[in-house]
Amino acid sequence: MTVFAFYLFAISTITGGLFTVISRQPVHSVLWLILAFLSSAGLFVLLGAEFVAMLLVIVYVGAVMVLFLFVVMMLDVDFAEMKAEMARYMPLGLLFGLIILMQFVMAFGAWDANAAAEGLRAQVTPVDMHNTQALGVILYDEYWLLFQLSGLILLVAMIGAIVLTMRHRTGIKRQDIIGQMMRDPAKAMELKDVKPGQGL
Amino acid sequence: MIGLEHYLTVAATLFVIGIFGLFLNRKNVIILLMSIELMLLAVNINLVAFSSFLGDLVGQVFTLFVLTVAAAEAAIGLAILVVFFRNRGTIDVEDVNVMKG
Repeated sequence: MTVFAFYLFAISTITGGLFTVISRQPVHSVLWLILAFLSSAGLFVLLGAEFVAMLLVIVYVGAVMVLFLFVVMMLDVDFAEMKAEMARYMPLGLLFGLIILMQFVMAFGAWDANAAAEGLRAQVTPVDMHNTQALGVILYDEYWLLFQLSGLILLVAMIGAIVLTMRHRTGIKRQDIIGQMMRDPAKAMELKDVKPGQGL
Repeated sequence: MIGLEHYLTVAATLFVIGIFGLFLNRKNVIILLMSIELMLLAVNINLVAFSSFLGDLVGQVFTLFVLTVAAAEAAIGLAILVVFFRNRGTIDVEDVNVMKG
């Protein structure tokens, strides 16, 4: 059962990744990438890392991919023209991909797990708690500085994205807050005593 | 039985697909950003696989940080992309030479 689930998730991860790269429509690319992320969340569940798997689904599929979809749909780009160039770079891309794959294979062939690695573990996985609880204990006890710094990174990214994309358009009606606050009620309204039968 | 090698193979394949995507979509910045996300996902699979098979939870903690940085990078990258498209009307990377830098 585990073997079947592993091969299912692995094949759909790789298929999703491959079609992200070669698909013609960017919207299709985003959807394939969502498939890759969802199935690698499945791989994480198989590895016993439930918290990271849920985070991948919530943060990636829920937020980042929706952002990508938004941008892809918002920009009116002629993608067909861009894809025409694709065939030109195909041999170079295949060459580099093959070279890096061969390097991975060679490194992997020479690699052997050292028996001393067990003794060098920084945080041994506790057996009496589940994954989320153990991660929380370690994150808040040992890595709290990194945790705070990652919050700072997110803050900087948020401010940067807002500053980059905000623009002040001229020539449109806008609320004038100072003018509203400095408005004098005594001048704003005038009382008229209208006599019957005469008008103003 | 599924061992560490299987997960490493999946991660390596995904990483190579990401690099292949960088070469294949030289002009389209959106797909370039997605290829970078794919490569970061491969790195995350490696970290979680080693963390699980070695019994060391630090790998998963660092996966959290990689996720954070990747999300920030995607947000900033897309913001730059939107501003660039607003100014130039295209997202072709070969047009990014306004500053002649």
